[in-house]
Amino acid sequence: MKILVCISNVPDTTTKITFTNDNTQFNTAGVTFIVNPYDEIALSRAIELCAGGKGTVTVINVGESATEPTIRKTLAIGADDAVRIDAAPRDAYFTAFQIAEYAKEGNFDMILTGRESIDYNGAQIAAMVGGFLDIPSISIIKKLDYDGTTATLEREIEGGKEVVTVTGKFVASCAEGVALPIIPTMRGIMSARSKPLAVVAAQPIEEVIKVVQFETPPTRGTVKLIPAEEAANLISLLHTEAKVI
Amino acid sequence: MSVLVYVEQVDGKFKKSVFEAVSYAKAIADKTGTSLTAVSIGNVADNELQELGKYGAAKVLNVASAELKNFVNQAYAAVIAEAAQKEGAEIIVLSNSFSGKGLAPRVAVKLKAGLVDGAIELPQLDGGKFLVKKGAFSGKAFAVTELISANKVIALNPNAFGVKESPVTAAIEAFSPAVQATDLTAIVKEIVRATDKVSLPDAELVVSAGRGLKGPENWGMIEELAGLLGAATACSKPVSDADWRPHSEHVGQTGIAISPNLYIAIGISGAIQHLAGVSSSKVIVVINKDPEAPFFKVADYGIVGDAFEVVPKLIEALKAHQA
Ligand SMILES: Cc1cc2nc3c(=O)[nH]c(=O)nc-3n(C[C@H](O)[C@H](O)[C@H](O)COP(=O)(O)OP(=O)(O)OC[C@H]3O[C@@H](n4cnc5c(N)ncnc54)[C@H](O)[C@@H]3O)c2cc1C
Ligand SMILES: Nc1ncnc2c1ncn2[C@@H]1O[C@H](COP(=O)(O)O)[C@@H](O)[C@H]1O
Repeated sequence: MKILVCISNVPDTTTKITFTNDNTQFNTAGVTFIVNPYDEIALSRAIELCAGGKGTVTVINVGESATEPTIRKTLAIGADDAVRIDAAPRDAYFTAFQIAEYAKEGNFDMILTGRESIDYNGAQIAAMVGGFLDIPSISIIKKLDYDGTTATLEREIEGGKEVVTVTGKFVASCAEGVALPIIPTMRGIMSARSKPLAVVAAQPIEEVIKVVQFETPPTRGTVKLIPAEEAANLISLLHTEAKVI
Repeated sequence: MSVLVYVEQVDGKFKKSVFEAVSYAKAIADKTGTSLTAVSIGNVADNELQELGKYGAAKVLNVASAELKNFVNQAYAAVIAEAAQKEGAEIIVLSNSFSGKGLAPRVAVKLKAGLVDGAIELPQLDGGKFLVKKGAFSGKAFAVTELISANKVIALNPNAFGVKESPVTAAIEAFSPAVQATDLTAIVKEIVRATDKVSLPDAELVVSAGRGLKGPENWGMIEELAGLLGAATACSKPVSDADWRPHSEHVGQTGIAISPNLYIAIGISGAIQHLAGVSSSKVIVVINKDPEAPFFKVADYGIVGDAFEVVPKLIEALKAHQA
């Protein structure tokens, strides 16, 4: 079995988000980058499925050389080898196209991504890769089992879940529940240094979108405090002032 | 030319988020001087399809094929792309629901279109540019995105635009696109849906609780408050990690992101990863016994107090209010 896991390099979850260049660029100064938390879940499930010599896990990242420490972290967690497509991940369409182009050659049984990247929050890559490769894609899964030919997946839907089976190659985006993130061991960290990390050139594709400006949300006014003894007043305020109930 | 809106049905019915997507698509059609066509896939009765006219859909393409009864994004994307081509529609709108998230990117690839997922406002047509605002960095920023390609796909966030009536008579037209067997290899085996509960992503009102509640046995009052309000229930990550509540209720950076009209947070500290999923709520109420809890900094209304005393008072007051 061969599994390809897509890895994005994102700002740490506690990062204060600011922009430069007239609010057109994310300010990376002083920012710590991590493996996107959902991608760790996808990777951990891939490693579980391949454990005991049942297969190999390749991680892929579309990014410039600065993402290599993040890629090494995924090798430390337990991926067998890594590929970096050498380009800034311009947008989801571009990134998905690069992943699909690489996957075409690799004969992977499945391609896993995280549910969404916590920076641009597209939740687009998995379905776009499926689209470019013309194979099924299942977005936002909570569970993934695989018997060697058929995968059984649980997909999240409003107020419940849907169970889907797929036979043959597929792409899925993983959310919480698919696996518990594997914590790298010291041995993992040591061996990560010598695992293969290939660098591949990007393929050209037309530009379909462009972020022209970032904005930060307006700050809320100061909180209106209601004394605990008068808690009942909250209900009338929500009705007459905030008009939400 | 026209604008095309995909109307997702659940058991033959349309939810509020669908009427919202239709209202939004109608506003785009008006802005760009074209008409609006809806495409429905699956088994929906004519009187339900007619409802779409209320929000401005002048024409409804009805794809009522048995093999397309269940949602399979690969096949649905092919149908929507074919409908767009048939209608000469360059702008395709759908709701950013769980299914929408798996569908919109495939429609975009089929049509070589730029996609804005989770749009929160009407597009601005600015000197020939087509600009759409969406949330980014987990609620910590917005990104104004230009759609450059001729075809454009927009997935609208629930509760972002509201439902707006613009009545016309919807002309219903049967549409039978060619569906390939290779587009239907993913098979839906089972659908489990709680119908008695308000679903969290669509909810206008949400009551949420955290570790301050001490244990799962104390959720009775949270359920009661939510029930009286007709609200959905949510929780913080440690609460679902400890299995006090199901994972589907977990909101935040690693849970789901919501933007209800009212978010009531009870016994939740307001960690940055929690706020990432709820900060775009329109009104935030925080109940916490610690006056220094960070959540108060982003709240509109706050009560510093013990949840076990405050929540029963709110329930009483609400009953009196509703009587
Ligand atoms: C990578 C990463 C991702 C994360 N993602 C998420 C996420 O998606 N969602 C999320 O929620 N968290 C997330 N977290 C965890 C987050 O950092 C916090 O730990 C978590 O939100 C805290 O949950 P809490 O507020 O319920 O608990 P606590 O922080 O323990 O807060 C409990 C609060 O209850 C109050 N309290 C106690 N007793 C009472 C009482 N009787 N009455 C009233 N108030 C009371 C306390 O004053 C306190 O403020 C993430 C963390 C990391 C590292
Ligand atoms: N630059 C990238 N390189 C490789 N995979 C990526 C990249 N960006 C996003 N992904 C994958 O796609 C998922 C969804 O990302 P997004 O569509 O950007 O929200 C992530 O969880 C990753 O698994």
